Amino acid sequence: MSGSKPRTLFDKIWDSHVVERLPDGTCVLYIDRHLVHEVTSPQAFEGLRMAGRRLRRPDATIAVADHNIPTVGPRTPEGIKEEDSRIQVQTLERNVKEFGVPYIPILDVRQGIVHIIGPELGLSLPGTTIVCGDSHTSTHGALGALAFGIGTSEVEHVMATQTLLQKPAKNMLIRVDNTLGFGASAKDMVLAIIGRITTAGGNGHVIEYAGEAVRALDMAGRMTVSNMSIEAGARAGLIAPDETTFAYVKGREFAPQGAAYEQAVAYWRTLPSDAGAAYDKTVVLDAREIAPMVTWGTTPGAVVPVTGVVPNPAEVEDEAARAQMQRMLDYMALVPGQRMQDVAIDVVFIGSCTNGRIEDIRAAAAVAKGRKVADGVQALVVPGSGLVKRQAEQEGLDRVLLEAGFEWRDPCCSMCLGMNPDKLTPGQRCASTSNRNFEGRQGPGGRTHLVSPAMAAAAAVSGRLADVRQLV
Amino acid sequence: MDKFTTLTAVAAPLPLANVDTDKIIPARFLKTIKRSGLGVHLFDTLRFDAAGRERPEFVLNQEPYRKAQVLIAHENFGCGSSREHAPWALLDFGIRCIIAPDFADIFYNNSFKNGILPIRLPRAVCDTLIEDAKLGGNARVTIDLERQVVVRPNGEEIHFEIDPFRKHLLLNGLDDIGQTLQHAASIDGYEAKRRAEQPWMPATTATTAASAG
Repeated sequence: MSGSKPRTLFDKIWDSHVVERLPDGTCVLYIDRHLVHEVTSPQAFEGLRMAGRRLRRPDATIAVADHNIPTVGPRTPEGIKEEDSRIQVQTLERNVKEFGVPYIPILDVRQGIVHIIGPELGLSLPGTTIVCGDSHTSTHGALGALAFGIGTSEVEHVMATQTLLQKPAKNMLIRVDNTLGFGASAKDMVLAIIGRITTAGGNGHVIEYAGEAVRALDMAGRMTVSNMSIEAGARAGLIAPDETTFAYVKGREFAPQGAAYEQAVAYWRTLPSDAGAAYDKTVVLDAREIAPMVTWGTTPGAVVPVTGVVPNPAEVEDEAARAQMQRMLDYMALVPGQRMQDVAIDVVFIGSCTNGRIEDIRAAAAVAKGRKVADGVQALVVPGSGLVKRQAEQEGLDRVLLEAGFEWRDPCCSMCLGMNPDKLTPGQRCASTSNRNFEGRQGPGGRTHLVSPAMAAAAAVSGRLADVRQLV
Repeated sequence: MDKFTTLTAVAAPLPLANVDTDKIIPARFLKTIKRSGLGVHLFDTLRFDAAGRERPEFVLNQEPYRKAQVLIAHENFGCGSSREHAPWALLDFGIRCIIAPDFADIFYNNSFKNGILPIRLPRAVCDTLIEDAKLGGNARVTIDLERQVVVRPNGEEIHFEIDPFRKHLLLNGLDDIGQTLQHAASIDGYEAKRRAEQPWMPATTATTAASAG
C-alpha cells in the first residue's frame, strides 16, 4: 500500500482505510465513526427499512438531536412547539430504537451539537475516518482524523455497508507561519484563509493546516479552523496530531484508556506527513498580518480586516463578479467605502459548531466583563453542548454574561441556521460567530457578519462592529 | 433511481456564482422526513417574495423556464451545507442536469445519487450555453450521457468529462449500496484485520450511559 514514497497525513489515513480499490480508481473506503442527527437521517433510515437492510455497525454509530432543539423552555421532544421540528426529533428517537443505535437524549448533559460532542466525548480520534450528514464534519479533522460531510444517500450507504465509494481527494497544504498578533484568533485565521483562497479554492482537495501559528492553537482553535474548511470548498481539513492532541483526547469518555491509550498514541505518532511529501497546492500566510476579521458580503470569502472598508464593485473588472458584489451589497445594505466599524448591529450570536466551545465562551466573557450590551441589541450565548454549559457555569461565565445583558441559553445549533425558533427577522443585522453568511441563513432577510467570539462580544457592547483590540 | 441516458429540454440560465444550498433550499424547509415534495420550495427566496408571491424577474417564474430540466450556472454551484434536500428539490421541480464551471464536492456527489447529472464545462462555454438558453423554448439543449456530449441548439457538440463509474451507475439507474454490498466479504476481512491491528479502537456502545434508545 505505502511503498517508499513520502506520504501526507491524508494519504496515510486514506491508504489505511481502503477496503478495495476498483479498476477505475474508486475506492471502497472504510468508515470508523458515523455521527447521526435528526435532519439528514430520516430518509436514510427509511431507505434501509424499505430495502429490508440492517445497520451494519451500530457500535460505530452514535446519534444526537441538535439542529431543531429550542434554546429556551422544556428540553423534551414533546416540549418542542414547532410541529415539524418535533416530528423530526421524535422520528430520530424512534429510528435509533428500531435500529439499535446508541443515542444521547436531549436531557442528557452530554447532548449538544454533533461536532462539539464528537471530540468532547472522545468519539473523534486521530487517524480515523469520521462522517456525518453535515458539512461541518470537517471540524473533527482538527484531531488528525479524516472527517467529512456526506449527503443522506451516503448516510444510508454508511449505515448499510460501513463504507463509502470515493476517489481520493487532492492534497492542499496551508501553512501559517509566525504567530498571531494581539486580538487575532483562530476564527480570524480561517476567515483570512478563505478570503485568500476563495470559497471554491479548496474544491476537490483536503486541506492540511500546518505552520507555527497552527501548531500554537489549542484544540478549540484548531477545531474552529478545520470546521470552516468546507467554507473554502474543501470537504475536509486536517491538522497533524501532536502532544496537544494526545493530551486533549486522554481520559475522555469514549477514548481508549490506560494501556490501550498508550498503544493508540504510539500509532498516532506515525501519522504526520512525511518529510518531502508532495502537495498538489501550497498556500503560505503570515500570521502577523492577520487582523481581527469581519465579513461584509454573503459568502465567507467576502471578508476584510475590521479596520477596513466595504469594497467597491466599480473596481471589479469581470462583469458577472461585479454584479454579484453589487447584489451582496444590496442584500447587506452596505455602501462602498463605508467603514466596517461604522456598521450598527441588532443581534449578536455566540455559539455554533464553529465557536461554541468553552474557550470561545471564555473569550466572549473576557470582553463582556464589567460592560453592558448596547441598548437595542439582543445578544445570545448558546453553549455548544451541555458539558460546555456546565463548565461555563462552574467558572461563573454565565453570571458575567448575564450581568452584562447577554442571554444565556441551552445548547443547540440555534441561530447558526435558524431551524429552531432562534432566527433573525428580515433586515436585522447580526454579528455572529457561526460559519455562513449566506442570504437568509440566519432567517429570511437577515444580514450576517461573521466574526470571532471576542469580536462578537465587542460588537454587543459597542452596538456596532468594533475592533476588539481597543477593548482589551 | 431513474436512469439518465439522453435528455432534450429547455435550459434555464442562472448566471450566478456560489449558488449555495441554503439558496437552493432554505433550512426552514429541511424539517421533513421525506424526500419528495420539495420542488415547491426550490430557490424559495429567489422565487417568492415575503408574501409568497412569485417574483416575475426570477428565471424559473418565466415561460418557458417553468418547465426547464437543465440549469446553467457559474462557479462553485451547490456550495455550503451538505443537505441532500438541494438535489431533491431540484429533481422534484424537474431539473435533471446542471451545467457549471465547477461544483462544490458534496453537492456534486449528492446529485449523482439522485439521477441528476452535473456537468463541468469551462466558464466561456457555460456563458455560450447561457446565451443559447436565453433564446427560450425554441433553443432546447440535448445532453447525451453515453456519448458525453452537450448538443447546442445549432447542432454544435461539446464534449464533457465524467468519471466512468458514476457514468455507469447513472446510465443504468443503479443503486450504489447494491454495488458496494458485492464487496461484503472484503469489508468483513478488513474489519477483522483492523480489530487485530488496532484493538484499542473503542465502540460507541462502550459506555452503559449511552444505551440504545
